[in-house]
Amino acid sequence: MGEMEQLRKEAESLKDQITAARKAVQDSTLQEAAAGITVVGRIQMKTRKTLRGHLAKIYAMHWSTDSKLCVSASQDGKLIVWDSITTNKVNAIPLKSSWVMTCAYAPSGNLVACGGLDNMCSIYNLKGKDGNVKVMRELAAHTGYLSCCRFISDTEIITSSGDCTCILWDIETGTQKTVFAGHQGDCMSLAVAPDFKFFISGACDFTAKLWDIREGTCRQTFGGHESDVNAIGFFPNGNAVITGSDDATCKLFDLRADQELITYQDSSIMCGVTSLAPSLSGRLLLAGYDDFNVNIWDMLKAERVGKYMWKLYIPLENGRKVDPAEDSEGSCRVAAGTEH
Amino acid sequence: MQNRVAARSNSTVVFLNFQIEDIVTRIQDETEGVPIRTVKSFMTKIPSVVTGADIVQWLMKNLTIEDSAEAMHIGSLIAAQGYFFPISDHVLCLRDDGTLYRFQAPYFWPSNCWEPENTDYAIYLCKRTMQNKTRLELADYEAENLARLQRAFVRKWEFIYMQAEAQVKIDRKKDKIERKILDSQERAFWDVHRPVPGCVNTTEMDIRKCRRMKNPHRVKKSVYGVVEEGTQSQSPIHTSLHHCRKGTKEDVEKEILFLNTQLDRHCLKMSKVAESLITYTEQFMEYDPFVTTPEPSNPWTSDDPTLWDLEMSKEPSQQRVKKWGFSLEEALKDPAGQDLFLKFLESEFSSENLRFWLAVQGLKSVPQQDVAQRVQDIWAEFLAEGAPSSINLDSHSYEITSQNLKDPGRYSYEDAQ
Repeated sequence: MGEMEQLRKEAESLKDQITAARKAVQDSTLQEAAAGITVVGRIQMKTRKTLRGHLAKIYAMHWSTDSKLCVSASQDGKLIVWDSITTNKVNAIPLKSSWVMTCAYAPSGNLVACGGLDNMCSIYNLKGKDGNVKVMRELAAHTGYLSCCRFISDTEIITSSGDCTCILWDIETGTQKTVFAGHQGDCMSLAVAPDFKFFISGACDFTAKLWDIREGTCRQTFGGHESDVNAIGFFPNGNAVITGSDDATCKLFDLRADQELITYQDSSIMCGVTSLAPSLSGRLLLAGYDDFNVNIWDMLKAERVGKYMWKLYIPLENGRKVDPAEDSEGSCRVAAGTEH
Repeated sequence: MQNRVAARSNSTVVFLNFQIEDIVTRIQDETEGVPIRTVKSFMTKIPSVVTGADIVQWLMKNLTIEDSAEAMHIGSLIAAQGYFFPISDHVLCLRDDGTLYRFQAPYFWPSNCWEPENTDYAIYLCKRTMQNKTRLELADYEAENLARLQRAFVRKWEFIYMQAEAQVKIDRKKDKIERKILDSQERAFWDVHRPVPGCVNTTEMDIRKCRRMKNPHRVKKSVYGVVEEGTQSQSPIHTSLHHCRKGTKEDVEKEILFLNTQLDRHCLKMSKVAESLITYTEQFMEYDPFVTTPEPSNPWTSDDPTLWDLEMSKEPSQQRVKKWGFSLEEALKDPAGQDLFLKFLESEFSSENLRFWLAVQGLKSVPQQDVAQRVQDIWAEFLAEGAPSSINLDSHSYEITSQNLKDPGRYSYEDAQ
């Protein structure tokens, strides 16, 4: 037997052992454990605010930690910071490249970032001395499109890219601190843990990976999806990971049990999940789908408890990319669509 | 689930289509489908149509949907893809009334993966101008498109014109009623691929996934069977790469290492894990505005910001204080909680511990140029011999920290923390 052959066999045997170890702890399921809890009841969602101003498809949006301001990125080449309560535009930042795919708001509220087909992550300082918003840094090193970026602080940011890697950057020096390689497909999105020690990434290799930011290593890999993982998020206590995929399902993986706890699916849902966000308590999961719907799931019982449908095809007010993001209070859900 | 995904070829649109086409075939069934008939109108007959209301009703009955809004939504999705269309409108949406709809010919179905070139579109618009019927006049946006195409294809316009003429000749030979139907189906096809401005283009793929389309079924030929040597239009996302990494020996060795660490990891029991998640949600349910209506009101629904004012205030409500009891992190997240905890520690003579912890947290976000200085300041304040707010560190941590200080950085105090 050749060496490669032997090594592959060893890897396969280890995988089998891991599967067996995971099975060994399956003394119950989340649904069984949650059987006795009171039902949540139907959730009705209504549009409370509509933020108008973009002239083309809105690809991404991100809330500020104060839950009042948010930033959105559109392919009309603009990054807009909104006061979501008054619906006023606080900043309208023109971008060098209009092929933007992601944007992020720093926890401090001082910076915003965006990137896309230019393969770069551009950082903008909102609190510049003269009041003008200027590019502070352009972080270039990725060899593929920038799919997602998230700030850890005003000095560090993590990016995920179509080149299958994620990078931790030092914003001040504009250099790469750590490259997180391991995915076998385009990285589509990432989320930072509540304690800022870890982050998770979802990719087109159908898996999600948990990374240790300081060590630079992959701690765990979660498989089970049958197609690209488009969206990813942490359960509010940081102990579990939620993923959304093109296979029309969302899954909940627990970090300590090292396996899938539950799948959120329904035979009437026939299209991919584009984005997701858990509610503050973790009881509810809001997931946006390719058919312009947002489905609300009871995370413990895996039942749909609500639905929000975009109005389709009313000229001049259409929705294409639904990207629900919750504010940290969970009291409002704003979906960004391709509004004009 | 397996066969659904296998048929997808990495395209959500194709995935959706297999499901839709099943519905579209059933809905046109002679016995089980909707009543498709010829409707008399003014001086003419309108062949092969069905009302929107009939479609909605059929969907509700056959897809077991209780809510007509949901049926409308699914119907609109199907219409947007062009599987059926309103006979007198370019905008592809479904109305639950007497509006007349016609079904699209399988030739034009999206699952055939048409990617019609602009030359085809030019031929189509040109053809329309040759037909002297007022009903078939170009809409404003179509006229604009035609003008633009004429400018773009200035050199091949003669060729396009000839193709259009040839098409018109073929069409004339057809039966009048058949032509009505085919004309409308052709128009609907273009409504999908060259939509009215302001409408969503359903054929648009997510550009992130576009590059990876390995779909061999993507048909590049002309809808009108036109063969010509043109160059293919370059899309803006046309980049070279993409590497398909073959597994090398190194890769497998790395994988084995990784798998070994995974195996060593201790897995917690599902029941325990489930319980901890459930407990968390139960603890925080009362703070989750989606589940429990906040007091006095949810500012998003009532436009009354009292709730937010209260949360910012220095006098915390009983509910807020309760949250601090959940964990130290929760208490420290809230500035009022932080203050209170500090006061408590001061009363127990150990506030310097919290202040040290906070100082180190602050160090993590201080600008680079100030780091070295801050590190020294923290040492002087908390750790040096005879420091004003000296904290207790076990000798091991003390050792590590003094080592770290030789090369001061943001995380020098990580261990001590």
